Amino acid sequence: MRRFSWFNATALSLGFAFLYIPMIILVVYSFNASKLVTVWAGFSTQWYGELIRNEEFLNAAWVTIKVAVMSSTIATVLGTMAAYVLVRAGRFSGRTLFSGMIYAPLVMPEVITGLSLLLLFIGIGLDRGVLTIVLAHTTFSMCYVSVVVSSRLVSFDQSLEEAALDLGCSAFDAFRLVTLPIIAPAVISGWLLAFTLSLDDLVIASFTTGPSATTLPIKIFSAVRLGVSPEINALSTIMIAIVTVGVITASLITKQAAVRQARDERMAERPA
Amino acid sequence: MSQTVFAPWNDPDEKPLIQFRNVTKRFGDFIAIDNLTQDIYAKEFFALLGPSGCGKTTMMRMLAGFEAPTKGQIFIAGQDMARIPPNKRAVNMMFQSYALFPHLSVWDNIAFGLKREGKDKDAIAARVDEMLRLTRLSKFAKRKPHQISGGQRQRVALARSLAKAPKLLLLDEPLGALDKKLRQDTQFELMDIQEKTGTTFVIVTHDQEEAMTVASRVAVMDEGQIIQVATPAQIYEAPNSVYVADFIGDVNIISGRAKPNGEKVAIHWAEGQPDIIGTTATKFEAGQEIHFAIRPEKVAISTEEPADAANKTKGKVLDIAYLGNISTYHVELPTGHVVKAQTANTRRLSRRVITWEDPVWVSWTDTAGVLLER
Ligand SMILES: Nc1ncnc2c1ncn2[C@@H]1O[C@H](COP(=O)(O)OP(=O)(O)OP(=O)(O)O)[C@@H](O)[C@H]1O
Ligand SMILES: [Mg+2]
Repeated sequence: MRRFSWFNATALSLGFAFLYIPMIILVVYSFNASKLVTVWAGFSTQWYGELIRNEEFLNAAWVTIKVAVMSSTIATVLGTMAAYVLVRAGRFSGRTLFSGMIYAPLVMPEVITGLSLLLLFIGIGLDRGVLTIVLAHTTFSMCYVSVVVSSRLVSFDQSLEEAALDLGCSAFDAFRLVTLPIIAPAVISGWLLAFTLSLDDLVIASFTTGPSATTLPIKIFSAVRLGVSPEINALSTIMIAIVTVGVITASLITKQAAVRQARDERMAERPA
Repeated sequence: MSQTVFAPWNDPDEKPLIQFRNVTKRFGDFIAIDNLTQDIYAKEFFALLGPSGCGKTTMMRMLAGFEAPTKGQIFIAGQDMARIPPNKRAVNMMFQSYALFPHLSVWDNIAFGLKREGKDKDAIAARVDEMLRLTRLSKFAKRKPHQISGGQRQRVALARSLAKAPKLLLLDEPLGALDKKLRQDTQFELMDIQEKTGTTFVIVTHDQEEAMTVASRVAVMDEGQIIQVATPAQIYEAPNSVYVADFIGDVNIISGRAKPNGEKVAIHWAEGQPDIIGTTATKFEAGQEIHFAIRPEKVAISTEEPADAANKTKGKVLDIAYLGNISTYHVELPTGHVVKAQTANTRRLSRRVITWEDPVWVSWTDTAGVLLER
């Protein structure tokens, strides 16, 4: 066992404090009975009650989730396809240009992306709303997915696909039955990345949204401009809770898979 | 009815199953296969032998359809394969790297190809179980590839390629990671499968003994070319070049100048030494460079001067390699040449008469060696 030195312990607590103190303050004040954010007046859950009755917030939450699910799903499909082509197709003419163009939005200032999308939507006369935010989010999160997936594909042993072809698969079946299951963790983390990016995007959503579709970040941002309210703290606490539950569930599923595998192994060892 | 020898390559009416026609494969500037022409017949057990990087795997990959020839054509059963994708070829390959599917169990790996054929469940299960028994993997059916040993993985790869019972099976070093006993068993299994199903095998191996055991013909390759194709016995007894003689088995090579003398050829190889007398069907010019190749087991060693040997010379024992059933004596001649002589150990070690530094005679008949131009 390696023991924690005094230095390590301090560094660790400082790091964690830096990460979590703001969030802890936020969570604590969401249970504040006072309307004043900075004055503690006893424990209460009244702000959560008000939040549930606040239809504007609920609508915004619903829009946000819809947008995040749709855009991250489309981005995952497109991003995975792009990554596959870039890694697998070898050297075709224009490959460098193509890969450069996929990764450009990664470094493009969000304001520029948002503005250009806005101009595009106005140009083609698309009414701004949920659809336009979904398109915009797909555009910028797709390159993140493709970065994650292509880094996995680079280390993927191509002879596995050849073996699948050799055993009678079509190219599509080889991808579906062999490549995809193996790179699935990367695809899923690409999806999660795209989902979170969409969930908390403010800039691009502001550019591409219309009066009919207000996402949660936009709602929170405009509400905070009128002053921080305990209601917002409550909303943020719920978001933290959702994320925490998600992460714990994911790790539990992984652990369960490991346990199942160990059991399979024991069973396989028993003489037939 | 007497049993006929299996030698379709000698039958002018026989149609080859595989035809390489002036096939060249380049990777950039590098020539991996160099203008290769070769026929392989149905039901053959064709072994490819050669040093690392000589193009064995590349030949296999072109047959399986993963690489297209840069030049030339490949025919399988008379059909030009240029436009046929791997999944439309009645060919299965066992990969040198195994290429097992890591997310599938051993059972599912073997069943993979069968499921693609759309067979019914019971037929698949029966076939997979048969393959598992054959490769002695029944105990490991439920494990994932990363939970079994290297040799077991190799057997899974073998079972997976055998499962579909293809017309043509390509095995890229199928038995390298197995221990000797299991390897021999599997070799006989392969020959058995071949006899039962009439499958044609093309097999890459680094193990000459394996090639000798299983192959109907052996092709010795070097730098993208086939140097010699012949039955194992011919390759061993009548190699066509120093390269082949040296590559297959142990051999003594003595180079000199030819002095043709009727049926026989005398080789002048060192000043003050009697010429080596050999027989050959090839014509040699007087003074032409010539290489004499003789296997160690065809060189006799004795303490007394042999009375009636066509070739004999004196030397001193430099080293003895004891291999259990046989011993190899390294005998140094006064010229500095070292000749290896092999004898069967029919007596116990303690009773052996020849030992280090002993003066000995080495001798051989005039038909024991082969005379090579290159
Ligand atoms: N995709 C490729 N790109 C470039 N060169 C290649 C490629 N594949 C093979 N080669 C080269 O072609 C030559 C023949 O390779 P091949 O794999 O056929 O060798 P091999 O005879 O199977 O060797 P080993 O016994 O080591 O498996 C090698 O020199 C190798 O470096
Ligand atoms: Mg190879």
